[in-house]
Amino acid sequence: MTNFVTILRRDLRLSFRQGMDSLMVVMFFVIAVVLFPFGVGPEPNILARIAAGVIWVAALLASMLSLERLFQTDYEDGSLEILVLQPVSLEVVVAAKVTAHWLTTGLPLIAAAPLLAVLLNMDAGGFAILILALALGTPSLSLIGAIGAALILGARRGGVLLSLMVLPLYIPVLIFGVSAVDAALGGFAARPHLLILSGLLLATVALCPWVGAAALRQAMRS
Amino acid sequence: MIHRFANPTRFLRLADRIQPWAAGLTVVLGGAGLYFALFSSPADYQQGETVRIMYIHVPSAWMALFCYTALAAACATALIWKHPLADLAARATAPIGACFTLLALATGSLWGKPMWGTWWVWDARLTSVLILFFLYLGYMALNGAFDDPERGQKASAILALVGFINVPIIKFSVDWWNTLHQPASVIKMGGPAIHPSMLTPLLLMAFAFKAYFVWVLLMRMRGEINAMKIRAVRLRQVHAAEATSADAGAATGEAR
Repeated sequence: MTNFVTILRRDLRLSFRQGMDSLMVVMFFVIAVVLFPFGVGPEPNILARIAAGVIWVAALLASMLSLERLFQTDYEDGSLEILVLQPVSLEVVVAAKVTAHWLTTGLPLIAAAPLLAVLLNMDAGGFAILILALALGTPSLSLIGAIGAALILGARRGGVLLSLMVLPLYIPVLIFGVSAVDAALGGFAARPHLLILSGLLLATVALCPWVGAAALRQAMRS
Repeated sequence: MIHRFANPTRFLRLADRIQPWAAGLTVVLGGAGLYFALFSSPADYQQGETVRIMYIHVPSAWMALFCYTALAAACATALIWKHPLADLAARATAPIGACFTLLALATGSLWGKPMWGTWWVWDARLTSVLILFFLYLGYMALNGAFDDPERGQKASAILALVGFINVPIIKFSVDWWNTLHQPASVIKMGGPAIHPSMLTPLLLMAFAFKAYFVWVLLMRMRGEINAMKIRAVRLRQVHAAEATSADAGAATGEAR
């Protein structure tokens, strides 16, 4: 547990010192969403209809964009090698790094989402569910993405490859995240969708650190 | 038992024996299947002649799932037992599976246009098969993305195992969600709900596709083994050239 906290604090401190990185993710999120009114036209009805989907897709892409740096910088400067050699279980390292990733990218996205929902003319009744769904969904995105980020270490054109690998695995989170908000907006119960999102989160919490650690091990071995 | 065939020579000898049979079975079963499918089976009372698309569509969809299962099994074997041929088998399976998936999607689309009135619907079965196709592509991309082929194989093996979660989702998508795609009618409780005159060509085609898979898989694995041999020979040549040039350099250095 102390190891977890130590690595978490180290990663958080690193990202705060670099400062702009997590801010850039939020900026991308905002700009990507703002593009849609230009693309589909400014009719409030259409925007309100697609708001949930647009916000979720943009959040997905924003969270994916920052993934590449999850292990890459540590891999390049050699600190990942030291982490692997420590008598710390690698699963804890992965879990700590994912938590740091979520705190620096997932949380700002959740904070920015209501503002974008207002811009897209979304009905106020969906805000609470949107935030709740993002809060349950984005950790899963970080966890699934950690597998991809660990697998591309040392690959050519890792970033493009990462999107090809990770986006198909993101689809279940996207489906239930959007349907929770749509259900709330349509006056149905959002609870079942949120429960499925929680289930996905629990499954990814249970599995992804192990898979990510296995991927890191094979990346370090060769 | 599985380590008996870790020796490529022994494997190639077995492959030599199986390959002609697989090729022959593909031709015979495929020919018979096509005859039954195109001439000797009745047109559907609702769907008319378009029902004949089924004899390609359903077997290729089965093969899409079968190939991914085989891919995942080969990847697990490679990761757990470090079996050298399992890596080759996995890498040889992926493009075949991707082709079958594409075939299933394309024929399904062609069938959907007259029957459902649309080329594509976003229902659970179609979407999950599309994701399967992307998983195949992701596997192949990751496999080829490393300068060291062994790294690529290990990394993509982990990805293939993660993606296996999609296979049961595809299988049960028609039961879990209320979809446009019809539920399973051949393999189900209480026997197949399809008339023998249509079941015969369907099964013939399914076995023909399976034999084709074995045939092409062996051919691809043979190609992979040869590519590995060429790589080894080239590396040896490069090393030999470097050694002689180093010797020559040392010799001229001494002469000076």
